[in-house]
Amino acid sequence: MVQVKRLVLDVLKPHKPNALEFGRMVAAAGDYRVRVTVLEMDENTETLRVEISGDDIDFQAVQTTLTEGGASLHSIDEVDVDG
Amino acid sequence: MSVFAQLPIWLELSRSQDILRRYFVVNGFDGALTMLGLIIAFHLADTDNLDLVIKACVGAAIALGISGSTSAYLSEAAERRRALNELEDAMVADLSHSAHGSATRVVPWVVAFVNGAAPLLISLFILVPVFLAQIGITFPLAPMPSAIALGFVSIFGLGIFLGRVAGTSWWWSGIKTLVIAFATAALIFIISG
Repeated sequence: MVQVKRLVLDVLKPHKPNALEFGRMVAAAGDYRVRVTVLEMDENTETLRVEISGDDIDFQAVQTTLTEGGASLHSIDEVDVDG
Repeated sequence: MSVFAQLPIWLELSRSQDILRRYFVVNGFDGALTMLGLIIAFHLADTDNLDLVIKACVGAAIALGISGSTSAYLSEAAERRRALNELEDAMVADLSHSAHGSATRVVPWVVAFVNGAAPLLISLFILVPVFLAQIGITFPLAPMPSAIALGFVSIFGLGIFLGRVAGTSWWWSGIKTLVIAFATAALIFIISG
């Protein structure tokens, strides 16, 4: 069975929730390990590099969590998949 | 997650905790001082008609509650909507299904509840001795002076709350609000007494 082990996402989000709270929300979407890097910040938003690692990442659940947190997914930059 | 579980998140997102505290104190203070003024005026008029006192004071308390809730809801709903529109413009996205959208819809109701409940509940608390006297429960101190004393206690309590919020001396903050209450009472005595 194909399993997604790692994703690197380019995400735009409002300042609230902050990077720590946002990382926790994404991690709680499926008991993942999450690394959030703030790449750029402007008056109302910040651009993040979100690296998610897990045994079998549910991308739909991640995307729902991003939407609930007020974030927009700009691109999927890296993917590690086990076949 | 239930609404109650998500409420702290929505309050944090909309940065509304400080607004809630401010509204609680401002309108609670309004309620306490209004009741204090009314009860002192009735006491000076030397009325022993507790039914009249209760009806006038409860009427004023309800009006303060409704006024507080509706004005807070209307202003907060407009402010939250404006903030969400600005955020949506910055994000170039529809945030109505996000936690920000939920906060925009729910937080004005919470603020309205606090803004209305604070004067109503504090007013009813001050009136407790009058309610009890009306149903035949008496205390060594007459109901009107007891209610006036509870008015001062409530205002002192709000001062203590403010002191704790500011992280300063709670008793000094309580004394400051108490001085305002005594000055109000003195003014009523001078003008009406």
